[in-house]
Amino acid sequence: MKQGRWRFLTKRVAFYLATSWSAITLNFLIPRLMPGDPSSVIVRQLQRQSGESVSPEAVAAIQKLFGDPRAGLLQQYWDYLVSIARLDFGLSVSRFPTPVGELLADGLPWTLMLVGATTVVAFVLGTGLGIAAGWKPGGRLDGFLSPLSTFLTAVPYFWVALIALYVFGLVLGWFPLGGGYDPDLYGRPGFLGSVLQYMVMPATTIVFSAFGGWLLGMRNMMITTVSEDYVLLGRAKGLSAGRVMFRYAARNALLPSVTGFAMAIGGVLGGALLTEIVFSYPGIGYLLYDAVSKRDYPLMQGVFLLTTLTVLLANFVADSVYVMIDPRTREAGR
Amino acid sequence: MILDVKGLNVDYITAKGAVRAVNDVSFQLRRGEILGVAGESGCGKSTLIMALIRLLRPPAAITGGQVWLHPREGEPVDIASRTDRELRRLRWRSMAVVLQSAMDALNPVARLSAQFADVLRAHGYKNTEERTAELLEMVGISPDRARSYPHEMSGGMRQRAMIALALACDPELVVMDEPTTAVDVVMQRQILAQILELRERLGFSVVFVTHDLSLLVELADRIAIMYGGRIVELGEAAEIYRAPKHPYTKGLRDSFPPLHAPVTRLNGIPGTPPDLRNLPTGCAFEPRCPRRFADCTERRPELLAVGDALAACHLHDRERTARA
Ligand SMILES: Nc1ncnc2c1ncn2[C@@H]1O[C@H](COP(=O)(O)OP(=O)(O)OP(=O)(O)O)[C@@H](O)[C@H]1O
Ligand code: SF4
Ligand SMILES: [Mg+2]
Repeated sequence: MKQGRWRFLTKRVAFYLATSWSAITLNFLIPRLMPGDPSSVIVRQLQRQSGESVSPEAVAAIQKLFGDPRAGLLQQYWDYLVSIARLDFGLSVSRFPTPVGELLADGLPWTLMLVGATTVVAFVLGTGLGIAAGWKPGGRLDGFLSPLSTFLTAVPYFWVALIALYVFGLVLGWFPLGGGYDPDLYGRPGFLGSVLQYMVMPATTIVFSAFGGWLLGMRNMMITTVSEDYVLLGRAKGLSAGRVMFRYAARNALLPSVTGFAMAIGGVLGGALLTEIVFSYPGIGYLLYDAVSKRDYPLMQGVFLLTTLTVLLANFVADSVYVMIDPRTREAGR
Repeated sequence: MILDVKGLNVDYITAKGAVRAVNDVSFQLRRGEILGVAGESGCGKSTLIMALIRLLRPPAAITGGQVWLHPREGEPVDIASRTDRELRRLRWRSMAVVLQSAMDALNPVARLSAQFADVLRAHGYKNTEERTAELLEMVGISPDRARSYPHEMSGGMRQRAMIALALACDPELVVMDEPTTAVDVVMQRQILAQILELRERLGFSVVFVTHDLSLLVELADRIAIMYGGRIVELGEAAEIYRAPKHPYTKGLRDSFPPLHAPVTRLNGIPGTPPDLRNLPTGCAFEPRCPRRFADCTERRPELLAVGDALAACHLHDRERTARA
């Protein structure tokens, strides 16, 4: 049995390595398969933006990522892999010559902190309330929470965020209108406090919009699970209601949510887009927005690659966790 | 006596109105006795035994009658009227259950050992591992299987593990809902033999539900036959099988092959079970009964003594008046 688990994991690792490799390769191939020559387009654009001629180093950097019409494809591919392995994603065009890797490294902590933390909070809150609501469907708690959640999930996030911004930022002035921290406090004692203060609105809006979905999902799974024979047996055994609810019902009802949760964590980088745009939050989403509006192809490519790899990593974690919490999947892995 | 059921009614309360699935059921269960309950699908067998241990799920509800449990120690308890909290003390220590499919009844994400340990601990047992091993051995399962998950065991082994689990806290009453339908015939025989042997040793009482009357003859001391939510015949197992007093019992007997004898001819009962929403005013079996006569549509037969047994059939009215 233990052996089955390991074999299962090894198989998954191999699968995800292969998938990551194809994602990286696609990232390499797509610009090169595009009609015309993306490198020259980028160089020309850079020239137009800065008004001066582009340095040979910059041209070389761009060609490394987007194809040098003179070099062989295999040689280019090799160079590309080597630079990716060194976490070298080329230079940003809009903020030339800052390396893309540096921009990503700057943005990543903000996004992970804001969207990552709120995704966890929304999941824990929604799932916890969903367990309670689904344990007694039609009860008082359920009668209040379920319609509320349906309403919350139906309201578009964008709208929630804008209203919050208008009411609490503009009209009441309780929270700053945008950004990740107070620039005046940078490197000074009050900095951490300002980070928290700037986080309140984007974080609350995310939790507000996301927890209803978790709640409804968990509630419905709970209702199905509660009618299972093993829950009935838990009751027949004379165990405490709490134990039956958590160890028998919720423990089983949670299984599908775990996959959903890992997916959500994987989608954190992509999902950050809307929040970070509305609140001008200095994370990966805002970076992508910036890159798109300024046609910064190297930066875009960097964000895409990072997002893809995160999703894959999260999927891998989901698979592995699932194997640990559902004994039945270990069999299937054999 | 361990159980005294008086006029028990159970309704399924649906949007279209209440359906009475158990109707005015009364019987007594002696200590150490195995009572078999047989009847066609839908006659209310499962509903009855779930009501006995108050494990009904909505929309089912007990709407009348009493279920007096007489525990070894303490006062008799009316299971039907106690709160869930009060019942918790009695659960598994006084009354346990074996469900039809162990695959569905065991928690799929917990090891067998954990499913024994939680109930043992909840009822004050200290050496849970030792006790689990002892219980598993009792039903012929090697104790090292305690570390298995339900899906890692064969169907027969799971079913026996369920029985071991039911006996964990040395219950006085075990209700079993078709515990052998999910296994093959060989395993079925083994399990029945085991139940009999364990009953001898431990002295618990059993209410055993099945639609297979021939199986009960080998297992039960007495048999109750249910039709349309009522008991229509109740008597000694051998007697019921040899000389059924109710035409329905006879039909039921003739539609199952005896476990031992070769199959000669089977006669299913023609017609379909009654619609509980729309029972005939007279005898519920009347539309299908080969021996019906004028009285049968007029009055519902009461469950009355016929010899040593009880039967609800007008055929015996004449004998009774003759005797009186
Ligand atoms: N959830 C329900 N809602 C409404 N009526 C129900 C429900 N469950 C059962 N019933 C009714 O109760 C009657 C008895 O059901 P029960 O499950 O006790 O029968 P059974 O004798 O155990 O049958 P089987 O041999 O198929 O297990 C059925 O005929 C059906 O009409
Ligand atoms: S009462 Fe009449 S219909 Fe009912 S079983 Fe007896 S003979 Fe048949
Ligand atoms: Mg049944």
